[in-house]
Amino acid sequence: MKIPSKVYTFLIFLFLYAPIIVMIVFSFNSSNSTGLLAGFSFKWYSVLVGEKDIMQALYNTLILAISSALISTVIGTAAAVGIDKWKKNWLRSSVMGVTNIPMMNPEIVTGISMMLLFVFMGKLIGKEEILGFETILIAHVTFNLPYVILSVLPKLRQTDSFLAEAAQDLGCTPIKAFFKAVLPAISSGIVTGMIMAFTLSLDDFIISNFTTGPDFQTLPLAIFAMTKKRVKPDMYALSTFIFVSILVLLILTNVAQARGEVKKNKIAKGDA
Amino acid sequence: MKKKLSIGNKVVASPYLLWSILFIIAPMFFVVYYSFTTSSGAFTMDNITELGKFTDTFLRSIWFGVLATIICLILAYPIAYIITQTSANSQRTMVALVMLPMWMNFLIRTYSWMAILQDTGIINTFFRKIGIGTVHMINTPGAVILGMVYNFLPFMILPLYSVMSKLDKSVIEAAQDLGGNRLTIMQKIIIPLSMPGIASGLTMVFVPSVSTFYISQKLGGGSFDLIGDVIEGEFQQLYNYNLGASISLVLMILILLCMVFLNKFTSNEEGMVI
Amino acid sequence: MEENIIIDLKNITVKYGDEQVLTDMNLYIRDKEFITLLGPSGCGKTTTLRIIAGFLEPNSGEVIFDNKNINGVPPHKRQVNTIFQRYALFPHLNVYENVAFGLRVKKLPEKQIKAKVVSMLGLVNLKGFGKRNINSLSGGQQQRVAIARALANEPRVLLLDEPLGALDLKLRKDMQVELKSIQQRLGITFIYVTHDQEEALSMSDTIVVMDNGVIQQIGTPQDIYNEPKNAFVADFIGESNILDGIMRKDLYVEFSGHRFKCLDSGFEKDELVDVVVRPEDVDVVAADKGMLRGTVTSVTFKGVHFEIIVDLKGFKWMIQSTDYQAVGTEIGLSIAPDDIQIMKKSIYSGTFGDYSSFSEEFDELSDASEEGEQ
Repeated sequence: MKIPSKVYTFLIFLFLYAPIIVMIVFSFNSSNSTGLLAGFSFKWYSVLVGEKDIMQALYNTLILAISSALISTVIGTAAAVGIDKWKKNWLRSSVMGVTNIPMMNPEIVTGISMMLLFVFMGKLIGKEEILGFETILIAHVTFNLPYVILSVLPKLRQTDSFLAEAAQDLGCTPIKAFFKAVLPAISSGIVTGMIMAFTLSLDDFIISNFTTGPDFQTLPLAIFAMTKKRVKPDMYALSTFIFVSILVLLILTNVAQARGEVKKNKIAKGDA
Repeated sequence: MKKKLSIGNKVVASPYLLWSILFIIAPMFFVVYYSFTTSSGAFTMDNITELGKFTDTFLRSIWFGVLATIICLILAYPIAYIITQTSANSQRTMVALVMLPMWMNFLIRTYSWMAILQDTGIINTFFRKIGIGTVHMINTPGAVILGMVYNFLPFMILPLYSVMSKLDKSVIEAAQDLGGNRLTIMQKIIIPLSMPGIASGLTMVFVPSVSTFYISQKLGGGSFDLIGDVIEGEFQQLYNYNLGASISLVLMILILLCMVFLNKFTSNEEGMVI
Repeated sequence: MEENIIIDLKNITVKYGDEQVLTDMNLYIRDKEFITLLGPSGCGKTTTLRIIAGFLEPNSGEVIFDNKNINGVPPHKRQVNTIFQRYALFPHLNVYENVAFGLRVKKLPEKQIKAKVVSMLGLVNLKGFGKRNINSLSGGQQQRVAIARALANEPRVLLLDEPLGALDLKLRKDMQVELKSIQQRLGITFIYVTHDQEEALSMSDTIVVMDNGVIQQIGTPQDIYNEPKNAFVADFIGESNILDGIMRKDLYVEFSGHRFKCLDSGFEKDELVDVVVRPEDVDVVAADKGMLRGTVTSVTFKGVHFEIIVDLKGFKWMIQSTDYQAVGTEIGLSIAPDDIQIMKKSIYSGTFGDYSSFSEEFDELSDASEEGEQ
């Protein structure tokens, strides 16, 4: 790479990582300050563990993310499988258009529109305190669905459309053919969609803000509440912890993938 | 047999169809409904007429959004191009590195910029040490725009990179063969062919920029309220759902118009440019 | 080859919207036969195959398998197996599991499966490839896995949909020989679909030539080649000079202004017919000693022979000769009686011109300015 390119790349990455570096460094700050480094300390991490509210919020967030990822993956994959075979007519274009809406809409609009729906429904069935786990779950599934569908559809298109026929030709009923021949072939798209859904759910703040109730606090919302006041560095500890866990997770999956590739290649060359 | 197949395909997708009608389409109607009614449900145009006092805020939001988007485009284009020029392995690493900051909580990322830009923050502490003195950065429009650019830059880099990396190399070679130098090729081949990526990136940066509320509060100090702040205020503090709905409605229409305009450049709606 | 009919298609019609894909088609297939459906794209050959496999139901007509009507029987219950054009191998399974797939569906015991897979892999010369990943195989190897997978199920009939199209020339020729050999060894009925006439001629016991959903001719390769029934078959198979002729009387035909002795009879006096003469059957003689006389307009060296275009009073013939003839030379042409094939006039008469060009597209010389005026 030429020198100007190298410099530019460095600057861009410095810009991207500046707050992250700050966050990690200050999570180990021995003082309370967010401007001045005093000394090295683990104390904020232990403070963090003691914060019951935060731990509860973390737990809630994980439950929410896993549930919404699973539900949206099932509904979304089924949708993609069906839609893929539809004729390219007005129905298909409209459905794809609707699918794009949650992605194109500003999150604040998605958030308040769902809240309005819930509030209205609440009034109808006489339940004033409608917002809670169910509503936030519905909201999360809703914004996850497009990403699942748009991860699986291209994979379906890439897959040989004759795989299902080949399986039937070899004796499978149409349903069995789907599970044995098509599903495995699109599995990487499904997994990608599921992971995307999980991470979107984990980090969602704006939509959650409007669709959850006082009983169900998620981590981003807890952080938001805290940042309204002065942020204690244990927030930094929390973020560093989340960041590092995800980093480790990514590295592990990449290493596992790379190992799998090496093994595949070995078998391909007949060494295994 | 053909008939059986097509019904089966509709049945499989039906849970999603039902879901989308209930939770994507219906909420949109409710925004419209609340915009035109009072809190007791009677029809009114008041919410619309009250919008007038937010014109400044709307314009400011659009302006900030446009600025942030343009800056993102200018910053992202070269880096996306640079990444495509490296080896396959290092491309994968660099793309991962670009995406990694998005794994950190958006609120914390923005809050950290506060820490960096504050008068008592890191940069100013450094400036004071080397004798420049305090440079007031926080609570300025610049800070808000910086926050937007920072948060949404990866959303510009990734689609650009995605499209550029898929460019047929032989098209570029043909241009070289016909006598084009690097500038011509960039201008006449690469930029036009990367339009879908540009359109994608513009969308993914402009939409959240225009509608953001947290960034403007934290980095703007409350003096540069954007339309997102107003909406949030109406809903969460003033409980004025109806006015909030009408503001959101206008915002939606605004974004829709921009989408339609940008759609001229994107033909692919059945796959993500990521 | 047994006279036992294994598949009988009766009055099969297939419509796609308003388009007739197959029109009232009747075809029977004998057990243990290698039969090829041959024709250009869109002629209905693949549709016919899919009807037999069960992936498509005809709008009307019967599909009889082993004397039983199988209309409506789904593909997974039919005793046929298909080799798909692009192999349709399961990418998430290795070679062994791909070949074993149908056997696993039948829930056969593991030992039996292993024995069968190993024997199939041996049959297609892929011994030891069991653990390989599908994506690491070459086109030819994938092809053979597809064959092994289908044959492992011991079908009565194997359907092959242009299986060799993606392979390069030399490999294709080897695979043709291998497929034929497998068919004869196993005694299975092969129904083969292709648009490549050389392939059809070299492999088949019977060829069915199709165009536009209609069977044009059924016969052995030699019959089809030497005695095409109409201009379409004559043009589709091999190179041919097709001319208008008049049957003056039995065994005598007149074309290009000359009367020729031929071997065909059964036509009416002075009946208008189509005449076909193959390029390799034309002998070049001295200009004044031939039955016909013309000027050489182009000569192309083809290795095996020279391809010579001769202008006979405006009509361009193609002849093949191992002797070189210079452009502009006047030569004489001589044709033996059994090299002249007489065909009845059909809807195809007059649609095939002479050898001034090889393809239809080239015939239509396009000029954008002309098109603009229209």
